[in-house]
Amino acid sequence: MKTFLRLILVLAVIGVVALIAFIFIPVQRTPAQTALAADYTVPEGQGEYTMRLADCAACHTADDGVPFAGGRPIESPLGTIYSSNITPDPETGIGNYTLADFRAALVDGLRRDGTHLYPAMPYENYRMLSEEDIRALYAYFHDQLEPVSNPTPETELSFPFNQRWALRGWNWLALGDPGFTSTLSDAELARGEYLVTGPGHCGACHTPRSPIMTQAALTGADDAFLSGGEIAGWTAPALRGANSAIRGWSAADIRLIFATGRNAHSAVNGEMQLVIRDSTQFFSDEDLDAIAGYLVHLNSGEQAPAEPTETATEQLLASADPSMDLGPRLYLDNCGACHFVNGRGADEVFPELDGSSLVTANSPTGLISMILHGGELPSTAERPERLRMPGFAHRLSDDEVATLASFLRQGWTNDAGPVSAADVSALRDEPATN
Amino acid sequence: MARTDPKKDVVIIGLGWTGSILGMELAQEGLEILALERGPDRETVPDFQYPNVIDELKYGIRLGFMQKPRNSTLTVRRSLTETAQPYRRLGSFLPGDGVGGAGIHWNGQTWRPMAEEFRLKSYVEESFGADIIPEGMTIQDWGVSYDELEPYFDRFEYMAGIAGKAGNLNGEIQPGGNPFEAPRSRDYPMPPMKQGVDAQMFEQAARAMGLHPFPRPAANATQAYTNEYGMQLGPCNYCGFCERYGCANYSKSSPQTCVLDALKRMPNFSYKVNSEVLKIELAEDRATATGVTYFDEAAQEEVFQPADLVIVAAYSLHNVHLMLLSGIGDPWDPVTQTGTTGKNYAYQMNGGTSMFFRDVEFNPFAAAGSNGVSIDDYAINQIDFAREGFIGGSYITAGISNGQPIRGISLPAGTPSWGAGWKQGIGDWYGHSMSIGSHGSNMAYRDCYLDLDPTYTDRHGRPLMRMTFNWKDNDIRMTQFMRSKIEPIAEAMQPDSWRSSYKSEGAQYDVRPYQTTHNVGGAIMGEDRETSSLNRYLQTWGQHNVFVMGASAFPQNIQYNPTGAVGALAYWAADAIRRDYLPNPRPLV
Repeated sequence: MKTFLRLILVLAVIGVVALIAFIFIPVQRTPAQTALAADYTVPEGQGEYTMRLADCAACHTADDGVPFAGGRPIESPLGTIYSSNITPDPETGIGNYTLADFRAALVDGLRRDGTHLYPAMPYENYRMLSEEDIRALYAYFHDQLEPVSNPTPETELSFPFNQRWALRGWNWLALGDPGFTSTLSDAELARGEYLVTGPGHCGACHTPRSPIMTQAALTGADDAFLSGGEIAGWTAPALRGANSAIRGWSAADIRLIFATGRNAHSAVNGEMQLVIRDSTQFFSDEDLDAIAGYLVHLNSGEQAPAEPTETATEQLLASADPSMDLGPRLYLDNCGACHFVNGRGADEVFPELDGSSLVTANSPTGLISMILHGGELPSTAERPERLRMPGFAHRLSDDEVATLASFLRQGWTNDAGPVSAADVSALRDEPATN
Repeated sequence: MARTDPKKDVVIIGLGWTGSILGMELAQEGLEILALERGPDRETVPDFQYPNVIDELKYGIRLGFMQKPRNSTLTVRRSLTETAQPYRRLGSFLPGDGVGGAGIHWNGQTWRPMAEEFRLKSYVEESFGADIIPEGMTIQDWGVSYDELEPYFDRFEYMAGIAGKAGNLNGEIQPGGNPFEAPRSRDYPMPPMKQGVDAQMFEQAARAMGLHPFPRPAANATQAYTNEYGMQLGPCNYCGFCERYGCANYSKSSPQTCVLDALKRMPNFSYKVNSEVLKIELAEDRATATGVTYFDEAAQEEVFQPADLVIVAAYSLHNVHLMLLSGIGDPWDPVTQTGTTGKNYAYQMNGGTSMFFRDVEFNPFAAAGSNGVSIDDYAINQIDFAREGFIGGSYITAGISNGQPIRGISLPAGTPSWGAGWKQGIGDWYGHSMSIGSHGSNMAYRDCYLDLDPTYTDRHGRPLMRMTFNWKDNDIRMTQFMRSKIEPIAEAMQPDSWRSSYKSEGAQYDVRPYQTTHNVGGAIMGEDRETSSLNRYLQTWGQHNVFVMGASAFPQNIQYNPTGAVGALAYWAADAIRRDYLPNPRPLV
């Protein structure tokens, strides 16, 4: 008995010591994965370009805020996380960060003082950044940007999520090996894979999360990677697999949507509009082609959607029969002018609704929000027009939006579940995402 | 107290079609450009948002997108001896305001004038003799030829995304197109619109009579389209709300759908709305302009905006008004026939025959501004002016543009205009009528002109412009000739009844009923500084850094809707400025 108690005591002491160690012993920082020449300098323009590749603006610039001065609220399932000021201001930004400090933030999720960043910062993905790209980002944010003094709001999550030290354990489970090694032999595909998995951090939204909120897969070799996720309640569609939103798309289709936010099938919506606005439209043609090639490669085994034929929905709408149900009537009165009775819209201008990943998403949030509040495509060099769908909140009741959304989700060849008026009501007063 | 703002390379007066085009072309030269628009900003959403814009009372009747006479109007008289009265209520013509200008609320008919129209005076003299030109008719050549402008028509049509069918490709006549048109270097960028029942019936009747019907050239997109600036149009759904409305559907070519978002991306371009230019300021020697003075509505003050180059791109009437107020050119004197500014104001001579078919459903609600079928068999280059006794011509056309309930229902003669009988008539005849119209030229005359009104002033204290205009025998003979051609076609179509409306001898200009917003001339282009305001590059003869866009440059009116020619001239002038003027600013002629 005594022995047993002693054992308990010893275990408890070990546990306490381990916990103290877990909390207080500094985390080892990951060293540079490539030794660059001592006189290595970042090529002209590479800093800004890599910032575009990594889409730092998306989180680190507040609406109407100074670029990269932080303070943007990021809604997470755990609460609101405020992004930090990453201009080189010594007090409120990263002015005092050394290269090693900066690298640790990107690949280990560590602040300069050693505390853990919340993984809203996609260091799971940035961990794959090449040393050259880390150096480029450091050059841009530390040496090229003007400092902006902007104290950002403290992130205050509720217990236990406010215990940042616990992320040490989370990181053990979440993080893969540092650096990037492609499994693909084709150099262009490998470049595309790097951009998608690393700086582009596509998986942060498009890969499902595990029960403890880690990305379920970090590399393309795993089928879970890019198999669909969620962002701010909107479904981030699957980009591979049987339900891939982009199956059947050509490399040119994919290139165009990243360059312009629109293509013959679809138009970006929700958070993806910001990705186009701040990031992908600035990618070089080579990088756009590489990404397009890689995403085509990920979808190479999938069946393209069947060629459109006249559906019962189309026949019903074209009949203009006054006795038709409310759903199709609402469609004719509100949607058909642009999206047409076949639900196929017009190339690059009016997105397809038949087969649309927004319409058929598991979560109807995006669809409802689009009907209520509309959406606007960002202006890009290749397609400058800010094509805007108006919102219909002023015109349609919760019941009508639900009926219309349910019709869309079942119309043509779509097959997704119905929407309730309560779903709509919850989103009615939400500001449009963009 | 006037404020002076930092100097710009270019100031553009008005941000409609021509202001947008010149803005884009000159911004590509890296110049610092400011466009001043007197009206509000307008965007497809929210200003033309579906379904709000589909409101006939607000926009069709109460003219929500047009200028307000209390802010800007002119006075009108019909002869040198009448006293002009202010045009206090819009009727005969509807100048637009705001960003996009009239380019937002047009129907979209986009024509090229005939080659003969650009050298009308020479054509008449060579073909029929100078003595057929009546006393007081002051027609002139444009100073630029169709062949010179052809690449610029092409440029405008491809930028604006026009739907149509070529009739003459590099001299080869194309079946189904207009065989009488001047040669074009390639076909339209989009296939023609679908045609309604009325246009199909007209086409059949015309063809049976040996005439040559063809689809109207339309700035209503028939496909998804991307232009040279990356701007996009979506296919038109034939909602029937074009004229007087902004397009809810990104389907009608306009500065908004074809230029502006691309232009707004240019870091060296900016624009201010609610900023009405009051005067173009001239240097002491009057050989150049120094900039413009405008009224900044937000600041409630006058602003002097210095600039090296002034592009006058307001509505045609306002261009002339500004020139008169600024002392650009000498005002036209109809008695001594000297001066140039305000000379040769012209309008459009239209007429039509309405037909009623009890048993035909025309479905007028499924229509667009420019669907329809036309014939040019009685166009300017097809008529023997000496034999017929007039100079001019017309295209003849059928194409219902809308089925709007307040203005869009035509009733047979004898139907009561109110009460139960009127209601009965509306019920019986909605969707059962169509018309064949004549859209004709209007010549220029000594006593049809624009000058400053001696009595009335605007809210800024400036004299209003005075329009002196009336219908003339020559043009009335032209429209009666068209009547004689249209009525047999109408009869051949065997309507239950029909009625005609054409100006007849003694007709006086009446500003109350809507006729057309094709007001042209007053700042006309030409070969000679004694007889025109602008040289062939739209540069004012007296101030080499002032260029004046728009239909005010037409020396007399063409037989077509003006926008195609306005667009081509804008590109022609922009090209001359870019290639020839900017490297060495000077009079180009």
